[in-house]
Amino acid sequence: MSHIEISDEPHPGGAAVAEPGREPAGQGAPPPEPNHAVAISVRGLSAWYGPKLAVSGITMDVYTRTVTALIGPSGCGKSTYIRCLNRMHEVAAHARVEGEVLFEGANIYGPAVDPVRVRQHVGMVFQKPNPFPTMSILENVASGLRFAGVRSRSEIADRAEQALRRAALWDEVKNDLRKPGSALSGGQQQRLCIARAIAVEPEVILMDEPCSALDPAATLKIEDLMRGLAERYTILIVTHNMQQAARVSDYTAFLLMGDDGAGHLIEYRSTPELFTNPSDRRTEDYITGRFG
Amino acid sequence: MSLQPSVADSLYRRRVATERIMTGVMMLAAVLAVIPLILIVFYVVREGAGGLSLDLITQDPNRAGRPGGGVRSALVGSGIMVGIALAMGVPIAVGCGIYLAEFGQNRFGTVIRFLVDVLAGIPSITVGLFVYGLMVLPQRQFTALAGSVALAMIFLPIVARITEEMLLLVPRSLREAALALGAPRWRTVVKVVLPTAFPGIITGIMLALSRIAGEAAPLLFTSLGNQFYSTDLLGPMDALPLRIFNYATGPYEYWHEQAWAMSLILIGLILIVSLTVRALFGTRVTVKQ
Repeated sequence: MSHIEISDEPHPGGAAVAEPGREPAGQGAPPPEPNHAVAISVRGLSAWYGPKLAVSGITMDVYTRTVTALIGPSGCGKSTYIRCLNRMHEVAAHARVEGEVLFEGANIYGPAVDPVRVRQHVGMVFQKPNPFPTMSILENVASGLRFAGVRSRSEIADRAEQALRRAALWDEVKNDLRKPGSALSGGQQQRLCIARAIAVEPEVILMDEPCSALDPAATLKIEDLMRGLAERYTILIVTHNMQQAARVSDYTAFLLMGDDGAGHLIEYRSTPELFTNPSDRRTEDYITGRFG
Repeated sequence: MSLQPSVADSLYRRRVATERIMTGVMMLAAVLAVIPLILIVFYVVREGAGGLSLDLITQDPNRAGRPGGGVRSALVGSGIMVGIALAMGVPIAVGCGIYLAEFGQNRFGTVIRFLVDVLAGIPSITVGLFVYGLMVLPQRQFTALAGSVALAMIFLPIVARITEEMLLLVPRSLREAALALGAPRWRTVVKVVLPTAFPGIITGIMLALSRIAGEAAPLLFTSLGNQFYSTDLLGPMDALPLRIFNYATGPYEYWHEQAWAMSLILIGLILIVSLTVRALFGTRVTVKQ
């Protein structure tokens, strides 16, 4: 982990350490409080769609069993960036990635790495709830296990129940496990998708604006859930909602589109610090609602 | 902008009038489009209902000119040849559609897609002629198998393209959900994409089945037709469309009656098969957006 430390130790409550504008774009400071182990270490990550650069040179460590929020205005590459962390970016046509993403010490973009294995360790929840329409609630939760080749019915039932309990959905659906997943409400569907993701026991869960299609009550439930899940999993959440980032996350990264049209990491630190004492002028402008 | 009955008012009236006229024109076109179907069903029922009898489907044809007898040979022959065509065509066509939709976003896929479209555009009589040269001439024998091959060649491009279209209708989000769960690409296709598109693919297969069940041209010089009941795949075989053609253009009044009755049976069978299959699998999966 020998990367350039740009900011100094934080001075809680003190003045911003880094001078605004001192850092060049794309050189976000790592959060200065590495009490946690590192779950994912991103090194100089850039992503393209064909010739178009979408994310430029992001370097940051994501800490184990924390919630890390990615905020920034629309089009700043948050979603693209998060999709690079489980190799979902390359699913799009002509998509390309450069740089390293170290997971448990190994680069997930290494030549011998199977993206399928990466995704079994780094799960994902999408913006719109997307339960499989041909499957029942139980089959949805079990689908990841089935994909991974688990055959034993009792094991599948046990792990599905556990996942549904952890996703705070069990009590609502335990009598309707055979009903189609699409029969649930939007918020329940999203928790079903979370259950589906955690059933395969990933270490990291990426959430791409998981609440943006939900009403406030459902959003609140998912936020509560995220806090609980962080005891077990490392969670990265993309959100355009700063209040949400402030409510649920331990660390926050602010991304912004640079002059090159690509997303850069502007600032990355613990959530309270970022929101009360941003070190970069652009972060301050964003969180105070001056743009975006 | 007061309530003056001025320019705006006349514009408004014109807009309303135009809208009414255009709606009327479209509705007329919609009615005209289904009139042929209504007329066909009406005529076929009127002319064919009288010829329906148990004998018609249980008896084989009499010698020409002797009234009575039935068309069992044609019913069974059509069933066999269409069945074999399905058995050959469905796996290849669905496989081809899967390739085109899931893996065919490249030059090779574009070429295949184009060729499949060309195949779909080839007249059925030409397909028959080709199979005649391919199978009948070398064997010096008209065979039911050759007829099935010709039917399968007509069936194939239709179902391949419908399968592709239906798979492409499956939202990307479902594919991504499966991939993000650590499913390999092929499992994603088999376990998520195909089941979701299944009702559409079945409908496409039914459509193509109706099409080939009524084809006479590709059978004319492949299975040829047969005066007698035969289930020998390596010999000539009777088929409903062939017998309809022969009887309808033949000299005897009872032939004409039987030709109408056969048409009615053909339409009825196709209807029953599609309705049954739809009832079984056809609950169209609605994907919430």
